[in-house]
Amino acid sequence: MIDGRHGEAVRDAIRYQVQVGEFWGAERFVPITNAHMMGDIEVMGDAGFGWLRGACERRARCAIPITTNARCIDFAFADRLGQDAGEAAKERDIVRFLREMNVATTDTCINYQTIYQPHLGEHVAWGDTGTVIYANSVFGARSNFESGPAAFAAALTGRTPEYGFHLEEHRKGTLVVRLEARLDDPADWGAAGKIVGERHQNYFAVPVFTGMRRAPCADELKHLGAALASYGSMAMFHMVGVTPEAPSLERALGGNRPIDEIVIDDAAIERVYAGYGLGDRSASLVVFSGPQLSLLEMKALGEMFRGRKLHTGTQVFVTTSHGVKSAARELGYLGDLEAAGATVLEGVCFYILQNLSKMRLQNGWTNMISNSAKIVNIIGAHRFNTILRRTRDCVEIACTGKLQ
Amino acid sequence: MSTPLATIRVMRASGPVVEGEAVLSSEGFSPRYDLDRWSGVITKPGHKLEGTNIRDKILFFPTAKGGIAAGWAFFDIKHKGIAPKALVFGITNPVMVQGAVFADLTITEGWSPHPVEVLRTGDWVRVDPTRKVIELLRR
Repeated sequence: MIDGRHGEAVRDAIRYQVQVGEFWGAERFVPITNAHMMGDIEVMGDAGFGWLRGACERRARCAIPITTNARCIDFAFADRLGQDAGEAAKERDIVRFLREMNVATTDTCINYQTIYQPHLGEHVAWGDTGTVIYANSVFGARSNFESGPAAFAAALTGRTPEYGFHLEEHRKGTLVVRLEARLDDPADWGAAGKIVGERHQNYFAVPVFTGMRRAPCADELKHLGAALASYGSMAMFHMVGVTPEAPSLERALGGNRPIDEIVIDDAAIERVYAGYGLGDRSASLVVFSGPQLSLLEMKALGEMFRGRKLHTGTQVFVTTSHGVKSAARELGYLGDLEAAGATVLEGVCFYILQNLSKMRLQNGWTNMISNSAKIVNIIGAHRFNTILRRTRDCVEIACTGKLQ
Repeated sequence: MSTPLATIRVMRASGPVVEGEAVLSSEGFSPRYDLDRWSGVITKPGHKLEGTNIRDKILFFPTAKGGIAAGWAFFDIKHKGIAPKALVFGITNPVMVQGAVFADLTITEGWSPHPVEVLRTGDWVRVDPTRKVIELLRR
């Protein structure tokens, strides 16, 4: 590959991977079965756009299955949201380039719920962070955080440098978290992830959760993982008796002495909610996004909004994948949400929406209320005041306009 | 070459040798969460470096935050002419490295001694990835 016999695109990809691997001291490559990449005009900008077009012109072709993460424009809503027509045209070009290069443009950050579920020990090259922590923790598959260019390079070469979470030594628990809280809502699991992630901002920190009152469902694990990855830059956790590499606390720790032991009780979770300033108390924007909603989350949210109307002046955005929106339409969940006045976007995430800063100003949004601990963390550069609330509280705020 | 006033050893490093003005942060960084990618100014409300322009700086951060999207962000800001010269991390993550290598920016991880012991914001420093050192040249 490195001598160019497989083409320029593969040569450049493997050279890039060698340089990244050398930084981390990787001794070899491991073959991968699946890649997942972030690539849209909002994240890559004009420079990335030009680079991707160049790769397409040089006839780059992915050698293994690769899917795309949520993007920045839902073309059906671009005009209504005041998104830039020029950027939307570039976004269409990106989709075209990617398809030409053998990339399946699924546009979802919940590929692990909707597209591909790798098995124990399977090596993959995924990004965004929420997909990686889910793959490592819940499936026992092996992936590092792979950025757009890195996941794309991995799909071109069919391999990735062996470092980080591809290696057994980094997969052992490094700290213990006792979950004594009730954790009834996805937002509670996100709050738990925030507590742990803020305290240990370290890619190689691996929390081991014990003491759960009950086994969590997939959507709860998704919010926990997304928050750990977002606040702590973490790529893996164990949950004793729940995740495949944690049959016991001892096995999960693998001989490590925990560097910290944290107890999360109901009071700790309440302190998270109480920690958000309410700004000007405006409730004009409520968001269910980051990660995209699963079909069961769409169902639950539809039931909460059924027969209700949004408060005048409040806008609600829900984001999900193409497939989930289609199924939700068939099953009537979409109707419940749209009848209430919510805007349901597909193939996007709210936080990367093209033109979001201008959208905020044009709509006079100041606060952003969400049940996602991840999105309230990551949207800061757009200068929202963000507030985490439980799902039912978010619905109540959206329908009454009263922020508490 | 004059003798440096102080030297920091780093654990891992990649990219070209660069010199520039040091900016020390006590808070971690993500070019997505914290940075306005059109002006090069850190805009996240309450960030320890809120209001700082990162262009041509040598940035010292204890940790990396988040996010996969950072992998494209360095390439993007480099082509907009607002990239820093180097990113110096106490602890980093793969995305920062993948992003920096993609953009041909200098990046390092691990430090001894801790930069706050020998450097302050405004110092002129050199980062040499081959020798795995950061040197204080003048203040």
